[in-house]
Amino acid sequence: MIEENENTDRRKFLKFGLLAGGVTLATGLGLKSGILGKDSESTGKKVKLLTADGQLVEVDSSHIKHHIAESKITALQAREGIEGKKFVMVIDLARCANARKCVEGCQTMHHKQPPVEWIKVKKMQDAVSLAPYWMPQPCYHCDNPPCTKVCPVDATFKRKDGIVLIDNERCIGCRFCMAACPYNARSFNWGENWGTAIDTAKTDKTDACCSTYSPETSTPGKMGTVEKCDFCPDMARKGELPDCVTACPNGTIYFGDANEDIVTNGDETVRLSELIKKRSGYRYLEELGTEPRVYYLPPVNRQFPFEEDTEIHNTSES
Amino acid sequence: MNDTNIHAGAEHQSSLSALEQQEYRQEMRNVVLHPLRHTGTLARVWIAILAIIFLFGCYAYYIQLRDGLKVTALRDYASWGLYISNFVFFVAISLVGALISSILRLTNFEWHRPLTRIAEIIAVAGIVFAGLIIVVDMGRPERVLFLFTHGRIQSPIMWDVIVVSTYLVTSVLFLYIPLLPAIALCRDVLTEKPKWQRWMYKFLAMGWDGNEKQWQIMKKSTAILSVLVIPLAISIHTVTAWLFATTLRPGWDSTNFGPYFVAGAFQAGTACVIIAMFIFRKAYSFEKYITELHFNQMGKLLVLLCVVYAYFNVNEYLIPAYKMRGPEAKLLNDLFTGPMSPIYWSVQIFGMAIPAFVLLFKRARRPIPLTIIALFVVVGAWFKRYLIVTPILLHPYLPIQNVPANWATYFPSWVEMAIVAASLSGVLLIITIFSKFFPMISIWETLEGEGIDLEKMDKKK
Repeated sequence: MIEENENTDRRKFLKFGLLAGGVTLATGLGLKSGILGKDSESTGKKVKLLTADGQLVEVDSSHIKHHIAESKITALQAREGIEGKKFVMVIDLARCANARKCVEGCQTMHHKQPPVEWIKVKKMQDAVSLAPYWMPQPCYHCDNPPCTKVCPVDATFKRKDGIVLIDNERCIGCRFCMAACPYNARSFNWGENWGTAIDTAKTDKTDACCSTYSPETSTPGKMGTVEKCDFCPDMARKGELPDCVTACPNGTIYFGDANEDIVTNGDETVRLSELIKKRSGYRYLEELGTEPRVYYLPPVNRQFPFEEDTEIHNTSES
Repeated sequence: MNDTNIHAGAEHQSSLSALEQQEYRQEMRNVVLHPLRHTGTLARVWIAILAIIFLFGCYAYYIQLRDGLKVTALRDYASWGLYISNFVFFVAISLVGALISSILRLTNFEWHRPLTRIAEIIAVAGIVFAGLIIVVDMGRPERVLFLFTHGRIQSPIMWDVIVVSTYLVTSVLFLYIPLLPAIALCRDVLTEKPKWQRWMYKFLAMGWDGNEKQWQIMKKSTAILSVLVIPLAISIHTVTAWLFATTLRPGWDSTNFGPYFVAGAFQAGTACVIIAMFIFRKAYSFEKYITELHFNQMGKLLVLLCVVYAYFNVNEYLIPAYKMRGPEAKLLNDLFTGPMSPIYWSVQIFGMAIPAFVLLFKRARRPIPLTIIALFVVVGAWFKRYLIVTPILLHPYLPIQNVPANWATYFPSWVEMAIVAASLSGVLLIITIFSKFFPMISIWETLEGEGIDLEKMDKKK
């Protein structure tokens, strides 16, 4: 790191964490070579990055090099997680208008179709006298996960970066994890191509998710195994946000890294701790002791009045 | 057999002369071996019906293997159903082996003697099908060996695999070792049987010729097994209860679950033995050895077990119902007054409360009424297991929304029913076929209870 003093820009770059772009160490390395190698041409497209000390900087997109390709992620890497990260999600209930774009975005990305929903939007009303609100519900990627505890074959596991994944090449289909998850975040492949959208138009053939299986992409699904929201670590490796985040028209969902204390919904990037503090963030059913990695911001000062759903979703098995 | 020797120890001496003892033994041998020599039309029809149901279940399982678990009514919310509740039922009835052959043996209830084999074969058949039905429930049964290659000891499923397989081995030994003299008898007497069957007896008898050393080893092993099998039996059902109690779901998240399951298991298993006693007594003419006294005693035992089970039910349902804590209230309301209430109350009243009360009267403890009551207990026990599994899954913390209508309810599909029927008839098939190859009453144990020592007789030869 001797050169650091010579190039303050680069020092900033090296300190960069998450954000619109870089998520991984791999991304960091990509950045480094992007800066050093003068061969890359400027695209003129600027990408905003947030430095570790909270400054927003713009760099040319050509300076950001992506990733290890998914195909290069070994089974061990998929189990260990992305070094130095602690992924976290914040869902602002004041912004959710039940547009269900997160559900659709997630389904498109994972080649799923209704009624299989890895992220659900539920109408919550704890008592008749209380105000109803919409609650998007992904997997909470708990720090004390009841699901991984009960797995008899280590098919579902907790990674260092906080993500709980499933290896469908290991899963024996006993469904104990589904019984153990108090939030019903898990779904099962009850049949061949269960809830799979075989839509070639939507399917990028070069997309690693469609050819080789990795627990990080969760696709293709396998009959007789469990699957669920995976926090899209394959996207994180590419420096992109999960589709549920980018698909939301209201910026309801923030995704980020607790180590760097930063989350973003794609439009705005904020300090995780400040957001939780300012908006009185909480975790659903804290009393269960599962320590979710998904925080909710209470539905106060709502951006939209609560409106009942006008249609019934998922009426039949596809 | 009379009332005075119910509690008499094995030291009890027979008043019969040596010759009379020989005759008594010969008569018992003839009675006990009779079903092995002759198979009536009724028995053949019975076996054929069971075999057809079993084969149809195999066909249903083939459909399930081919198309996946979508052929069941199970979906993401009701992810466990008939298979798992049937598994719990089979584990439950298999506990009775330990109760009759072991607890009653160790506490010197002499009347248990002619019942040990019936209880043990129910235990073995139950545990075999418990293991099979759990594989049927798996989404990827071809990966079952992952349990050994990638097993995690932290998972209650691994605990279950360990205790169920240990209990299976112990129960088979507990059935087999006291059976040695009977196998040797079959080998020596049933010479008209086909070659393979004679070879089987010869192989299984392991050279038993009734010498002093063999009797000693056999009796000692049986005594050791009868002690070992008790903690094992209690653990298999406690661990089965923990499959549910280790989760955070309202209705399963209960510290009462282990003893509640064990109490229910003894009750259900005892009722199964009563039914089996009745059928074997009638079909195989065992009236001399399985007497009204046995029914009377089993009836009393069933009263005790129903009352103990009722005690745990009060703890399991009424105490949470006193509080009606949010998430549990929905479940309890569903069971007490909702769509599940007809099953819930039938099970509690006809499967537990009425049997406990009616069996207080001696007239109800005669063979026919007792067997009818035992049938109610067994059917109730089966439905009770269903109530323990699925309604809880359909009452999660988060509301069930935006799912197809069939995801929010559960009614088993024909495939599930066919497979479960096949597993039940499989248990009956094992018991029936076993009874056609081996004596269903232990001769030496029964005679020992009469004060006739076969060991001494063998020595005199």
